[in-house]
Amino acid sequence: MEGPWLRFALRVWAVGILLFLFIPIGLVIVYAFNISTIQSWPIPGVTLKWFGQTWQDPEVRRALLLSVEAGLLATAVALVLGSMAAFAIHRFQFFGREVISFALVLPLALPGIITGMSLNSFFAFNQITFSLWTIVVGHATFCIVIVYNNVLARLRRTSSSLMEAAMDLGASGWRSFVDVTFPLISTALVAGALLAFALSFDEVIVTTFTAGAQNTLPLWIFGAIRLGQRLPEVNVVVFFVILITIVPVVIASRLTGGGAAGRVEAVAAAEEV
Amino acid sequence: MTVGALARERPAGRVTRVQALLWRRPWMRAALLLGPGLTWFVVIYLASLVLLLITAFWQINPFTTAIERVWNIDNFRTLVTDGTYRLIILRTIGLAAAVTITDAVLAFPFAYYMARVASRRVQTALFAAVLLPLWASYLARVYAWILILNHDGVLNWSLLLLHLPPASLGYTNWAMWIVFSYIWLPFMIIPTYAALERIPPSYLEAAADLGARQGRVTWDVILPLALPGIVAGSIFTFSLTLGDYVTPLLVGGAGSSFIGNVVYGNVGIAHNIPFAAALAVVPVAVMALYLVGARRLGAFEAM
Repeated sequence: MEGPWLRFALRVWAVGILLFLFIPIGLVIVYAFNISTIQSWPIPGVTLKWFGQTWQDPEVRRALLLSVEAGLLATAVALVLGSMAAFAIHRFQFFGREVISFALVLPLALPGIITGMSLNSFFAFNQITFSLWTIVVGHATFCIVIVYNNVLARLRRTSSSLMEAAMDLGASGWRSFVDVTFPLISTALVAGALLAFALSFDEVIVTTFTAGAQNTLPLWIFGAIRLGQRLPEVNVVVFFVILITIVPVVIASRLTGGGAAGRVEAVAAAEEV
Repeated sequence: MTVGALARERPAGRVTRVQALLWRRPWMRAALLLGPGLTWFVVIYLASLVLLLITAFWQINPFTTAIERVWNIDNFRTLVTDGTYRLIILRTIGLAAAVTITDAVLAFPFAYYMARVASRRVQTALFAAVLLPLWASYLARVYAWILILNHDGVLNWSLLLLHLPPASLGYTNWAMWIVFSYIWLPFMIIPTYAALERIPPSYLEAAADLGARQGRVTWDVILPLALPGIVAGSIFTFSLTLGDYVTPLLVGGAGSSFIGNVVYGNVGIAHNIPFAAALAVVPVAVMALYLVGARRLGAFEAM
């Protein structure tokens, strides 16, 4: 019913928004190849030399290692706790179920500074010194939600009759879980893990409050941009971080048929329970 | 049966017995599954939130910067009476509102195109295209805008091509407005699209049959039905802007401090954790009010 002019105008608008969304990302990727140490446009020439130099930088390496360690540990914690919670919420009706499912998304719905500041006072109060583990605790708190939602969404879509059939055929609860339920939810687990890792790998705000003097990769980027130092290396790291955060998400959405649940869906799902 | 055989059977028997017990008492299984996650959540996260609230009513010793557990409301009094903090709070809330409105205006026609004009295939592709930037590193996207708004950046280069005078947007509140609007835009598009997609076409046909023109249909039928979606998106754009301090630090200027910056400064530099906690309560309170209002507008059903 929209007239041809309106359709045309809407199409132009849509193209405009897409350009607005993607030009900055494309641009920052181009800068990674900038031959000059001055970040101006257009870049005077193209080089790969910064890639080697960045890779050799011990500070970048340490930050990368810490980010990977924190991401893997937070993802592992999230996988175990998040999927267990999803099973419980899916299988059982109990008092306070809605409250729990709502409370679980708070770390994603509340501003990051609240989570960060809260955990910071928690660690200060208990006189816990900052370490890899305080970062892991901070990240796992919101990663749990991502895994929880992906597993819960998958459980809702799988029929419980398969599990019941396995048990009617004499499989124990554990056996039917291993042979029936687990294969059905395994891709949701992988997708949840990838998204959780991507989220952890990119986190800045909660990390600044839980890392103390340590640098994760985003904290290193943050510091370097603030001081305006080593920008050619920042360009390369940023290029690399874009890849690291986008690739898992693309794989995750393939695994879940386009329905991988990120932040928006996570909060939405909590309202539906 | 020999004693040996019995002994060999016992472990299996025990497992079966535990399984049987769990089967007979479903609440035990629920508790076992939910227990660890919930404990983590209550002991670490919720306890931290409560502690934050409590700390806000404490103070520090000005000489040793040690926390003194003396109950008082001085921190909150400072927030209300000190003009600097009032300005910072108002700036944060004002910019969060401006970003929310900008994103709503940018997102609505796009979501409308996705939901009502684009073919099914284009719809799916656009959905993925909107989600992708959301996952591309937050810092990378802020940094991209630093490069763009730079004096020698893409923006001034384009203006030069168009024979326009150069702009100096870098390190101003305008820069923050642009960057925030850019970063949170996908959060607005998706719920708005979801709300628009759910409007039955028959409603619009009915309106047209009754003689309403396109503009009237959009204003009287589509917009009210899309409003819960827009409000749902605004929860994200508003809350995320409210709690940010990285963007103000990186693209804002001297007079661009946000609530988050003062919180950060009080934790890292001044070591005044009680005051930082009091300030951090402000966004929570604002968000709580906002969520109550959003619930009234039906935003939760729209998500």
